[in-house]
Parts: sequence; C-alpha cells; structure tokens
Amino acid sequence: MFGLGGGTCSYQEITETDVILLWGSNAREAHPIFFHHLLRGLDNGAAMYAVDPRRTSSAEFADVWLGLDVGTDIALSNTVAREIIAQGMQNRSFIDHATTGFDAYAASVEPFTLDEGERLTGVPAEAIAEMAHRYATADRAQILWTLGITEHHTAVENVLSLCNLALLTGHVGRRGSGLVPLRGQNNVQGGGDMGALPDRLPGFQLLTDPQVRARYESTWGCELNPVPGKHLTAMFEAMEDGELRALYVIGENPADSEANVAHARKLLEGLDLLVVQDISLTRTARMADVVLPAAAGWSSSEGTVTSSERRVQRVRAAVPPQGDARDDVHIISELASHMGAQWTATSAQELWDEMRSLSPLHGGMSWERLEASGGLQWPCPDDDHPGTEFLHGWLWEPDLDGHAPAPFSTVVHRPPAEALSEQFPLRLTTGRVLDSYNTGAQSAGYSSPIRSGDAIEINPADAADLGFVEGDFVRVSSPRGSVDMRVHVTDRLPTGLVFTTFHFPELVDANLLTNDAWDVRSGTAEFKAAAVRIDPLPPVTSVAGGASGTAVADRASGTAAAGGAGG
Amino acid sequence: MADLHFSDAEPTASERRAVLAALSVDEESDGAVVVSHPRVVRAGMQRRRQMRHQLLPALHALQREAGWISPGGLNFVGRTLGVPPAEAYGVATFYEMFRTEAPAHELSVRHVCIDPICALAGAAPLAEHLRSQGHAVHEGPCLGQCERAPAVFIQGRREPDRVPADGSGPDSLLVSITAPAPEAPSLLRHMIGREPGQSESMSMEAYRERGGGAALDAALRLGTDEVISQVTAAGLSGRGGAAFPTGIKWRAVADGEGPKHVVANIDESEPGTFKDRLLCELEPLAIIESIAVAGLTVGAEHGWIYIRGEYPLATQRLRHAIAQARSAGWLGDDAAGSGRPFDIELRRGAGAYICGEETALFNSLEGFRGEPRNKPPFPTTHGLFGRPTVVNNPETLLNVNEILRIGPEAYRSVGTEGSPGTKLFCLSGHVGRPGLYEAPFGMTLDELLGLAGGVQGTLAAVLLGGAAGSFVGPDAGGLRLSLEDTRAAGTTLGSGPVMVFNDTADMSAVVERLAKFFCDESCGQCVPCRVGTVRQHELVTQIRRTGRSTEPQRELLGDIADAMGDASICGLGHTAASAVLSAMRLGLLGDTAS
Amino acid sequence: MTRSGESLRPEAETERVTLSIDGREVTVPEGETILAACTAADVETPTICWAPNLTPVNVCRVCVVELEGSRTLVPACSRPAEAGMQISTDSERVRHSRRMVLEFLGSANDLSQASEIADWSRIYGADPARYDGGASDVSADGSGDLPERPGPERVREPVRIQDDLYIRAYDRCVLCYKCVEACGDDAQHTFAIAVAGRGFDARIRTEYDAELPDSACVYCGNCVAVCPTGALQFRTEFDLRAVGEWRPDDQSVTRTVCSYCGVGCNLDLHVQDERIVKVTSPADHSVTSGHLCIKGRFGWQYVHAPAFEPPTTSATEH
Repeated sequence: MFGLGGGTCSYQEITETDVILLWGSNAREAHPIFFHHLLRGLDNGAAMYAVDPRRTSSAEFADVWLGLDVGTDIALSNTVAREIIAQGMQNRSFIDHATTGFDAYAASVEPFTLDEGERLTGVPAEAIAEMAHRYATADRAQILWTLGITEHHTAVENVLSLCNLALLTGHVGRRGSGLVPLRGQNNVQGGGDMGALPDRLPGFQLLTDPQVRARYESTWGCELNPVPGKHLTAMFEAMEDGELRALYVIGENPADSEANVAHARKLLEGLDLLVVQDISLTRTARMADVVLPAAAGWSSSEGTVTSSERRVQRVRAAVPPQGDARDDVHIISELASHMGAQWTATSAQELWDEMRSLSPLHGGMSWERLEASGGLQWPCPDDDHPGTEFLHGWLWEPDLDGHAPAPFSTVVHRPPAEALSEQFPLRLTTGRVLDSYNTGAQSAGYSSPIRSGDAIEINPADAADLGFVEGDFVRVSSPRGSVDMRVHVTDRLPTGLVFTTFHFPELVDANLLTNDAWDVRSGTAEFKAAAVRIDPLPPVTSVAGGASGTAVADRASGTAAAGGAGG
Repeated sequence: MADLHFSDAEPTASERRAVLAALSVDEESDGAVVVSHPRVVRAGMQRRRQMRHQLLPALHALQREAGWISPGGLNFVGRTLGVPPAEAYGVATFYEMFRTEAPAHELSVRHVCIDPICALAGAAPLAEHLRSQGHAVHEGPCLGQCERAPAVFIQGRREPDRVPADGSGPDSLLVSITAPAPEAPSLLRHMIGREPGQSESMSMEAYRERGGGAALDAALRLGTDEVISQVTAAGLSGRGGAAFPTGIKWRAVADGEGPKHVVANIDESEPGTFKDRLLCELEPLAIIESIAVAGLTVGAEHGWIYIRGEYPLATQRLRHAIAQARSAGWLGDDAAGSGRPFDIELRRGAGAYICGEETALFNSLEGFRGEPRNKPPFPTTHGLFGRPTVVNNPETLLNVNEILRIGPEAYRSVGTEGSPGTKLFCLSGHVGRPGLYEAPFGMTLDELLGLAGGVQGTLAAVLLGGAAGSFVGPDAGGLRLSLEDTRAAGTTLGSGPVMVFNDTADMSAVVERLAKFFCDESCGQCVPCRVGTVRQHELVTQIRRTGRSTEPQRELLGDIADAMGDASICGLGHTAASAVLSAMRLGLLGDTAS
Repeated sequence: MTRSGESLRPEAETERVTLSIDGREVTVPEGETILAACTAADVETPTICWAPNLTPVNVCRVCVVELEGSRTLVPACSRPAEAGMQISTDSERVRHSRRMVLEFLGSANDLSQASEIADWSRIYGADPARYDGGASDVSADGSGDLPERPGPERVREPVRIQDDLYIRAYDRCVLCYKCVEACGDDAQHTFAIAVAGRGFDARIRTEYDAELPDSACVYCGNCVAVCPTGALQFRTEFDLRAVGEWRPDDQSVTRTVCSYCGVGCNLDLHVQDERIVKVTSPADHSVTSGHLCIKGRFGWQYVHAPAFEPPTTSATEH
C-alpha cells in the first residue's frame, strides 16, 4: 500500500498493539504461527474484533465477532469511517499532515450512517459503533486481512477501504500500528517482490519507467518489452478470445483452483500448447502437452522466499529431488539455453546477487547476511541497513521525508457480482481449514487425524428448512455447475450462508460452483461469493462424496477465471 | 482460552440447573460466549479469564448433583466458563472430594478420617461398620475434627454436606488457660462455654454486645499507617506455621498499587489441626470483622474466604455472617462508612492439603490446579490474580482484632519477648480433654498437657506441628512452647496441633501413615516431593515390616529428606521428612542399632 | 522509501546487575535469570523442564543452586538474577539435590531415550538402583528372613498409538510440563492436554483420557518437539526405532522455510538416508520460537511420495 506491496508491520508488533481488527481472515487456521504472535498480543491485553461472515475459530478468540453479510466489507468500513468522523475521533493532525483527499472521502462515507451500515451489512449498529470507537481511540491498532477481503470482485477497493481507516486514525507508520495483509503462500510476497506482476520489475519498480528498464537492459544485455503483460485472469480472457494459444504454468493448478473451474478447464483444453512445471501430477499437469517435473522449492532447491512481514529468508535443499525432477532454476535456464539465450547467472546465489544489484529494496541483502541472520526485512537498501521493521514511518516525519502525502480513496460499496435469486437462494463462501492447503497437491500427502474432507457447512435452521441432517449427501448447485457433498450442520454460520473448502478437488470439485467474476484491478475472482441452492441427491446417484462431474458450463459469461491462489 | 473442543457428551437437565445455580450466570449463553445477536458474539480471552475462578464452585455443584464430575457436566461447565475440558478435568482430578468415574450408587459419601488420631480412635472399625450398614464410605486424610475422633464427614449427594458430630459434641470443647484479664489478649474469651449450634449467639446484635465491631471502628479511626504500626509493634506473626511478621506483610500490600485482595486462609488441613474450624463456628462475625479490618487497612477491595470443603457448619455460619455484615454496612460499596468499597466472597476447597499453602490456594481459587507457585515473587506483590494480596488465617486475623482492642503494649504483656501473645493449641489423642486451648507463648508442654487433663497412660511421644512437624519424646515436657524455644529444640509449633500418643499406640503405624499422607497429598508438581515422598514411604514401610533399619536405609532416608527439604517448591516438600526423621531419632519406627 | 526502520528497533536501555557465580563476578541484564548468569559465566547447568521458548515452570528442580542467605536451594531457571547475589552451583548441597532429582527420575521412569538426562545422571553419580529394595542389605544380617520386596513404584503406562502422527509413552514422562505449556498458553493455546491427578499418580491427560483424535488436539506437534524423554514421539521416529533404524548420528539437519502459507516459518529438516524423518523449528527464531502447525510439522510427506507416476492423460513427449 502507498506504493509498496507489503504489510506494514512486523509480527512482533502485534504483541504490542492495543486493538486488532481481524477482517476477512481465519488466521488461526490459515496462518497458525502468525496467530501465535497475535495470541501473545491478546495475552498482553489487546482487544480483538473479528469481522467475518463466519464465526471462525479465529473469531472464537475475539472479544467481539461481527458477522457481516458476504461482500459488504466496504459498506462496513465506510460505516466505521463515518462513525469515527461523526464522533470527531479521527486523527485530525495526522490527516492534515500526511494525507490528501479527506474532504472528498468524508463526503463519500457520509451516507453510511450506523443504521445504513446495519441495513447493508447485517451487523447491529451498536457493534459497528463499538468497533469504530475502539479502533479510533486505541493508542496502537492494526488491521489484518486475508482472502476474505481480496477474493471479491471489489478486491482492490476492499483493501483501499481498510487503508482509509488507517489514514483516518493515524494507525499506520508507527510501531504497533499498521495494515497487515497475511500472505496465503510461502512466496506470494516474494513473487511480487521479484516482479512476478504484469507491470513490475523486481522491487516493485515499474516496467513502464524507461530509467528502470534501462538499468535492466544494460545488465541483461537485451531489450525489454515495455508493454505490461497479462495477469492470470486476463490470460484466461485472452484464451477465450483465441489470442493466447500457448501457456507455460509453473507451480499452479488452475484446472482445480480457478473459480468456475469447468470453464477454465475448457479453455486449458483448447490451447495449442500447455506446458506444466510442477512437483506433482496435478490435474493441470495431466492436461498438459509437456510436463516438466520440478523439485520441491522448499526442500530440494536453493533460494529465498519472502514472508508476510517482508522478511527474506533462505530455503535450502535437504533432500534430492524425486526421479527426474529438477530445480526450477535449472529447468528455466535449460529452456532459455535451448531458446538460444546465454545466461551467466545460474546458481541461486548468482541470481540473487544480480537481482539485488537492480532492486534497491533488496540492495543490502547479501547472500552472506541472509545466511547469517534469521532473514532480513525489506527495504534493506545497503549493506549496513538493518532491514525495516515497519513501513511508512515517513508519514510521521516533519516534511514527510520528501514523500507525497498519502491519498484517501473514495470507494463505493458494490454487492457481490452474483445476486441471490429464487433459483439460487443461498450464499456460498469458501475458505481453508487448518490441516489442508489449497487443492491438496502438497497437503493430501500426509495422514491428518483431524481431516474431515470437504463438506457443505450450513446453519441448523437452514438445514432444518431444507430437511437435511448432519452427514446427509446433497447436491450443491450454482449457475455454473453442481457438486455432491456431505452436509455439516454448524451454528458458526448465520442463516442464508453456506461454506465449503476446496482441498480435495478430486473428490469434491468445489470450484465448479465458484464465481469467476473478477476484480479488474487485481484480476482476483470472487471465490468468496456465489449463489447456490442445495437439493437432495437424485435417487440414481449413490456414490457417496463423489463429484457429480456434470459441469453445467451454461453461463455465457465471456470471462474466465482468475488467480485464485493469491494471498 | 483455547480452541474449545468438546465431546458429544451432554449434561443432564439437573446437572445443568445445578451448575447455573452455582454460578453468577443465568444461562450458558451468559457465560464465556455471549450470543447477543445472530451476528454479534462476545467471547475472547479476557472474558474467559474473568470467569475461570468460578470453576471450583461449578465442579462442587456437579459433584453434589451427580455424585461425580460426568463428561456431560464437565462439558457444560467448560462451555459456560470457557474452560477447555482437559484443563477442567485436570482440576477436577486434583481434589479428594471430586470423582471423575461414575459412582455405583446414589448415596451421599461418608468420609472417614484415617490419620493417626482417628486411627487410634477406631476409624477402621468405624468405616467397616458404616460399610456394613450400606453406606458409601471413603477413607481419607484428616477432616479437622481430631478433638472428637474418629471423624466422619458426609459429602451430600443432592443434599447439603454435613458432619454428624456437629451440634452433638462433647460438653466442653474449649478451655482457655485462665480467665484472662480484659486487658490481656484472648481470642477465646467470649467463646468459652459456647458450643456449636447456639444460633442465637450468632446474631450481629449478640456479637456487638460482646464487644464486636470495636476492631473495625478502631481500624477506621486509626487509619492504615497506625494500624500497621500497632500490629508491627505488637510483634504479631502468622499463626499458620510460617510465623511471618504480619505487620511487614500488611505494609507491603498497603504500599502496592491497583486492585488488591485479602484472603482468609481457612483451609487448615494439617493433621491434628481444627482451631480455625472452631473459631469460624463459634465467632464467625469476628472473622468477617477481622477480614474487613485487613481489607480496609491495606486498601483492598476484594476479600475472599477460602475454607475447607469438609467444614460445612463453619461455612454455613460464615455465609450467614457475611450476609449480616452486608446488612450492617460493614461490607459493600461504602464498607463500614469508610467511603471505600469492600466485600467478601466465600469459596470452598475440595479436599487438598496443599491448598493450605498460600500460593496453591490462590491457584485453586482462580480455578486452576492447587499447585504452589515458586516464590519469589511473594503474595504481597503477586498474589491472587497476580495482585498484591494479604493472606492470613483466622487466628492471625483475630489477633489483629485483639491488638486493636487493647493496644500493642498490653498485647505483649503475655507470651515471650520473641513470641508475644497467645497461641491456640489443638490437643488430641491420649489426653484427658482433647480440644482447643489458648495459652500464652512460653508455657511448657507439660503445663499444656496438664490443662487438657494430662496424658492418658504412659506417654510415648507427642507430635508437635502435625504431619509437617516432629515428634518429641516423653522427656520433652519442659519444652517451652514458643517460636524461639521450639526452633532451638529442632522442632516446631506449626499451626498448633499437639497430638499425644501413649505407649499403647503402634507408633510405627503412625509414622507409616504420616509418610503415606505426604505421598497422597503431594501435588506432584516437583520431582523431589513427587518421587521423594513415595520413596520415603517405601523405606518406612520396609523398615516397619522388618522391624529394623539398616545403615543404607537410614542413609537413603537422610538423602531423601535433604533433597526434599532443599529442592522442593513449597513447604509441603520441605517438611515432608520432618516427622519421619524425628521418629527415627526417637526410635519410634525401627531399631536403629541394626 | 523510508529508512526510519533503522532507528526504530527498540534498544531499550536495560539495567544490568552483577552477581557472583562460584566466586566469579558476572553481569547480566536485569530480568535475566540465574541460569542465564550461569551460562554467561560458562557454568553449565542441567535442566529438564526449562526450554528457551517456554515460560519456566521450575518443577524438575535439577537446576537448583545455592543462594547465600536462602534457607533452601533456588531454581536457577526461573529466579531472576539480583545484584550482589552469591551463587554456588557446585556445593555439596547442590550436587546432592541434583543427584537425587536425577536418581528419583531414574527410579520412576523409563529414561532409555532421555540422553541428556542420562548424561547428567552420569555426571552427578545418580544411582537409581539404590531404591530397588536393597535385598542384600537385609540378608546381610543373616536372618534369612527375606521380606517381600515389590521394588520401587514406577510409572507404568501403555504406549498410546492413536493416529499416524504421534505416539505417547507416558512411562517415560517425567512430568516436566513442557508439553502442557506448549499446548497451552506458551504457544498453541489449544489446551488439549493438562496434568490430571495428583502426586505420583499425576499424569498428562486429555479429558477422561479421551483418544487424542477425539480431543481438542490440532496436531501441531509442539508438545512432541519439547518433550525431553521421548514420552511423546513422532510416528516416524517411533517406527524407525521399532526396526532399529533410528540413527541420529547419521542424520543431517537443514534449515529451510515452510512451503505452506506466507508466515515464513523456519523448518529444520532432519534427514536420514535422503529422507526427511523429523521436522523441528529453531527455538530462537523470531517467527516461530520453535513452534509449528500441523502442515509445517507433517505436511512434508508428499516430498517422498511417487510424484510422477505415468500420466493418465496427455502426452509428455517433447
């Protein structure tokens, strides 16, 4: 945020904060060891508000759980903002000093009275007011979020709406206060750091900046295409248009992980060439023309990854790769060589040194320092720099340290792309559980005593209305497809909401249901909000737990799925 | 605080009712998790922390209702208070009075004391007799009724707990040494001749007529510094055994910041000790008054009584007294007109000797296993709920009342220079009149035994200080009973038990039982005590069986004693070898010449 | 970009205290323990229940030292160092109590997999056999009247194998409380286990000894990681031991970062014969403090699964 794609705080700071807004994150299960730090904060007396449509295991630890309707995050944050402003609790001096656009922002949230907020989100006005007051008046406060914020068609706006709250109260740029997106994969942060974004080069430098490009071109001895590439969702769109005919997939399983996955599979199948480089034979790999077996990046390769606190750490090879599998660097270098390139940097360390010579954020992170320390947090521009615990301290410097003030963003509440209807009256949302991970390519490999498999979770009242009891097998259908699943009745969901995980796509193909409407700014699909109905299984279907396999790809949406795994 | 996970076991309707009745909540939904709206749930760590201290009362309620802590009942308590079931189970299994296996009967349980005095008095045949009559019998440690051994306590199943002997005891339980002059300190002055059960004397009016309330008035008039300086000048030291100077303790707490607590430790469980029970039964309002004096003096808002679960009559009377004190304005938002709030909450223990140790008591009261904490930090800075805490037993607290009544100089007119004032002694065993005696410090053992009607038969040994104390032989009659004299003689007064054995007693059985007592009562936390008490008991048993001790056995006993005394966490381990070693020295256990 | 991070790392000024360890002066930051002071003075101290990533519970008492002016010995692991303390770590009293603690444990538990305790027992001359009843002592008097000798009471527990990830062999449990702390408020806050019962019969238990998969356990393995005696063991280790193939001397340890989620937990991969046999985390790392979740602890097994069986669809020719 404010130009850098990273969480502003270090984990340590959550143990020192006073108020925590855990918003759209089930960190207890999805980020368990970060949650240990958070627990220490609670032990130290911090208050926590959990904002989530589900009463998750994380929410159990919160002083207050606010169960908003799926996809009403902006309505809630705007209501919080309006209440803070209405009570005069905003940090006026900080706003004057470090921000721009407050008046327009204040005007934009003005309609979001507490009553309006309650009407839009389903959360009682008193609870919203309480959270607003506690957040605004806290000495130190943090907002943490995960995919509950970003897997919406309003992903970027959702994030901006939370940034607005931090600017409004001055809860950013100070030790203990900040904005913390928890990354869903071990190197989502690092991928972004390294320029695995369509318009960026390593260190979040803009590809379109000629000066930046020139540095890379001189080092690499070649000319760079100045036109930003496509993000994942746009790639699927290009497949749809016939513009993109060949795809090289590295460490991603879009044939299972994409929203509206039946549509995604159809597009993948229609490619002229599909190359998949992965550690196991995923569904996507099985569709490929060429499979390049890769070594596990964390246990059989050398390199670095970057965590949610911007900490760059070494991964090291402990065991040899299985069979013919090779390190990613090796495979890509070989490919490059076959294509006629003559790359000189081929070891992880050589690549790293080249990268840090070009990325000021990483300039001071020598391989030796990374080896010797427990990791370094960027920005770390030179060899004497200790790394940065929290970002944006400049917001509090007398002259903003030469920065432009941070802008408030006016964000508009837009409900989920797919409205509930008579035909599909239930809201489906998806998420992870503790012992499993994404499409199970890794986590299915061990025998977890607490594994329960993918089930459709439903409130007791809804289950009773529909005539289902715990353990029944039912057919869940969205406008895109149907999946047969087991029913799990739980009071952790409000009425009208159902939930499932997507960890066992070979058994329960949950992404047949999810909506591939996507956020134009980030390319993220709206995994978190689909409209579904639940029916008894037709009498003929008797295979327990199996996916129906009858993808009903009847929706002429014209769009394709988005990068579902992003954190 | 936890990922609360419960089995499918559900409480019965009656268990549910019983638990709710015992707690400060009306419904499970008022507990640790409050569903105030389908979209707003209040839970979290602070809330659970604030409820945890109700665990012990909730378990008591379950036990009384169901006869055990059933899985369904435990789940209900856990859900309501936000206590993880494994933790609640760990607490339930800590206490003698709680069962975690389903009983085979619907009966109240008769606890029969098998500790030395009751054993001498026929506890075993009594237990057998009760069993033959179809009663459920549990043989266990001292019940604090040594003056009327053998002791029985009935743990009620769907009925109140009771002690059969209450209200029908021997004629004269209390004998004071002299009829003390009004200006001399005496805790028992007004209690002599009164027996448990005289309810008319329990009223606030009657108490005031006896001079009750004067200490509270004096405390408010004098103020914190003067009260503490009088207590210090009087040389009052704690009467629970450790003899720590009360004035220093109060000063430290008075100087502490923030919320503070006063705890009356009425968990006397030392075999041979029953003084605090009688004080509470006979003059409960004085106890309440003395707690209020302590609370208002040190600036505490919260007073607590932690009383043995086996003391139903004292509990009932204290509860009555608390209610009267509230009515009289001694307790409440403007306690005794001080302009400051102070109130008292009563909690029952559930059968654990170790909970008489002050830090174990705190843990128990807070809803945890009654395991002692390491000291330092001391209770004066980190006590109950981690706050500065005064913890005293009733005898000590009543002494403060006496100091405020007569002043420190008059207080020091009795006793010795090193041990001013009087001491309550619990005489039991082979004496003419077992009971509670108040004597000035410095009286000889012979004089004390004489007051109690002398030794019956030929004296073999006297156990001073209870299981944690030590034996003295027939030649110790001249021992002056003061802190300094007993220390010099290598023994202790402890909390004041004096257990008398004549030559008909099987002393080796007494010693073996004492060794077993420590095995049973060790909390198990630290290695020296957990294993050391067991090894000590095994050796004592071996020696008793063979009738002689070998050099290696004696060496081993000494080694164990040194390690327990040096390396245990708390006083239980520190003193667990004391009686055994003294018995060895006196030849009470085996032929040391082997 | 800011460099404000540079100056904002807290370098809070801590007072320092000087005390004497075995006659040598040593200075440590205020708030440090006697144990830390001993370490600073190069004095090695035996510990069982202490761990760098857990709050000291000071229950094992093997770290006791003699503090001048204190009636009893004091636990080095938890007692804060104070200025002017005179500490003896090798006095007769200290050696005696340490030896007795080790001897007690040896007499009560199966310590065959507790190598550190065994080392200390050797150093302090602990002889658990002293409690075996001493039949020879009695027969020496020639009476020939040998009484029945049941031997010392020991902790007897069956091995609990209730899932594919852990085993629990409580006859090896010395009740150091580490597992309870790690499961509870020192790290995981799950509280699936607690100490139940009292005295010598105290045991680590789930509620009513429920099987672990039925309890609150979330299989983070943090209890296993802190167990000093092998009472808690990963199945991989247990199974290898069962066939005599657990060879710590042949194992390498490689530090890397977990592949699940973006927290960045450091993993130490213990590798034997090119296979991961155990995963731990460094106790001194700021991210994990040595603690992991089920995925980091056990989710590595796919690395050794046959990942690329012949594909069922698509060609791989190229």
